[in-house]
Amino acid sequence: MRGLSVPSSLLEEMRGYARESYPEECCGFLFSSADRVELSPRPIGSVALAPNERVEERHRRFVISAEQLREAERRAIERGEVVCGFFHSHPDQPARPSRFDQDHAWPWYSYVILSVTAGDPSPEVGAFQLDPDRGEFVRVALATETTPPSVASGGA
Amino acid sequence: MARIPIKVPTPLRGFAGGHAEVLVEGETVGALLRSLTETHPALRRHLLSPDGALRNFVSVYLNDKDVRTLARDQTAVRDGDVLSIVPAIAGGAPSGTMAPGATPREGGRAFTSEELRRYSRHLLLPEVGVAGQKALRNAKVLLVGTGGLGAPAALYLAAAGVGTIGLVDLDAVELSNLQRQVLYSTADLGRPKLEAARERLEGLNPGVTIVPHAGRLDSTNAMEVLRPYDLVVDGTDNFPTRYLVNDACVLLGKPNVYGSIYRFEGQVSVFDARRGPCYRCLYPEPPPPDLVPSCAEAGVLGVLPGVVGALQATEAIKILLGLGEPLVGRLLLYDAGTMSFRELALAKNPECVLCSPKATQKGLVDYLQFCGVAPPGAASPGVPEITPEELRDALAGEEPPLLVDVREPEEWEISQLSRAPLTIPKGELTERMSELTRARELVLYCRSGARSADAVRTLLELGFTNVRNLRGGINAWAERIDPNLPVY
Repeated sequence: MRGLSVPSSLLEEMRGYARESYPEECCGFLFSSADRVELSPRPIGSVALAPNERVEERHRRFVISAEQLREAERRAIERGEVVCGFFHSHPDQPARPSRFDQDHAWPWYSYVILSVTAGDPSPEVGAFQLDPDRGEFVRVALATETTPPSVASGGA
Repeated sequence: MARIPIKVPTPLRGFAGGHAEVLVEGETVGALLRSLTETHPALRRHLLSPDGALRNFVSVYLNDKDVRTLARDQTAVRDGDVLSIVPAIAGGAPSGTMAPGATPREGGRAFTSEELRRYSRHLLLPEVGVAGQKALRNAKVLLVGTGGLGAPAALYLAAAGVGTIGLVDLDAVELSNLQRQVLYSTADLGRPKLEAARERLEGLNPGVTIVPHAGRLDSTNAMEVLRPYDLVVDGTDNFPTRYLVNDACVLLGKPNVYGSIYRFEGQVSVFDARRGPCYRCLYPEPPPPDLVPSCAEAGVLGVLPGVVGALQATEAIKILLGLGEPLVGRLLLYDAGTMSFRELALAKNPECVLCSPKATQKGLVDYLQFCGVAPPGAASPGVPEITPEELRDALAGEEPPLLVDVREPEEWEISQLSRAPLTIPKGELTERMSELTRARELVLYCRSGARSADAVRTLLELGFTNVRNLRGGINAWAERIDPNLPVY
């Protein structure tokens, strides 16, 4: 299990997406540079919003299609990054994985969940990773940096 | 037999010996995947469901095409093809509409065997199941009004196992309620509705907690009363309370399941300003106070609120379960006369004073003033009045006033104050003004005194000077002077 290191600017970017999408869920990608993605904690170099492809129940469900993920990976490789995880918001729900999240989780990836309520200026953030042996999410440490990492900063 | 490289996505490489690419032999996509999971059994549960089918959130691409758009498992492969496994990512919040910061609602103790029997028809529905039934048990719904709409809604919500049901109502059970308010029985006449409702609902389902809120809901207490609840069912019969409930729901970020009825027609919608319009988007201003009569004035088909209240309960339960498509942004119109349902699309008003980005109203207001109505029971300002006792004495005196009944013809048949009043429905007053004398004092009356107060005001504006309103209407007369007359 690998903790995350997220620059505060990227944390604020994700909080902004969560606020703007409310009451629907927002979702998106976490990127890390290809040569640092296996570090612990894993440094997040950039994030990008993905369109939620769910048509129904968008206030409590999201889907990022395989096609979108392939496209995001292609773009990431061009700038020396890889997709290393995903973020999504839980409108009016706590910042921890739901049973549905767990049922659809993949190992290795990092998952960031933001709890957002109406008018909430600073949604709560939690970071998680699937324990492949137990098939359960475990909370991992989330370190916040105030300066961007030296490698591969910037949006997608 | 073709020899095909399969690209393994990063998250699964740990289960494929760390390889990004695995060479596998086979003639179809299905054969390749079987071979892959035989070589690397740890991959199996991430790619395939227990019956061997590709999991929902796994896509397999043959070169650049998703095999689901080709022949799926049976898609043939040739040397030179590349197979890629790509995950799709899904997730989401737990079920139910929860208060911010609340714990997940599907939790809690296991159901007893009695509860499992009671809710078995819900538990059999895959869309509800144990998790959904627990979500209902953990849910809190507030019913504003326990009359025509609130009565059937309360019964179904309690029967469904909604754990906490709050009730707001001021009234006592009256005989005229029983034609439609199925929560009450004849034995309840005169009892406070909250008391009778609580007894009936707890009898129906002892597992639910009924929270009575006695007293009037107003700007001073609405936020506190509504705050603990997940959603509100609006079963009010008046505009000030309807705007109050809407505004408090918008300010608190709660769904408001709206219903209204008029004679043979009903309306239902879900106002949830977080994802659709609110009541003010639909009606920025209330109608003039005397334009829309209440059930007490206009009458209502008794079964109509049963239909509308049951629709409201349906929407409430759907929202609590996160199920189906709620009536957000849609106004359902029901006409019992033609037995037809229609639907209107409702858009969020970009200028809404309450729920748009341009909102100027940040709190609750004075709703009686906003709707231009006097508080119930209050004297009508500027309208000369006569009490039932004073009228009795005046009728026995030297110069008895002329009585003018401004009710509708249907009401004349229910009760009459004297044998020969002048009968002019309020709406015809202006055109039939010539029938009124200015030589004698006029006393106008209706059922409760509200419509006749408006009529007195109209006559004063038309130049009449010697005209008064019977305070409390014919019902007050029946209660205080003539017990033989029916109260309705």
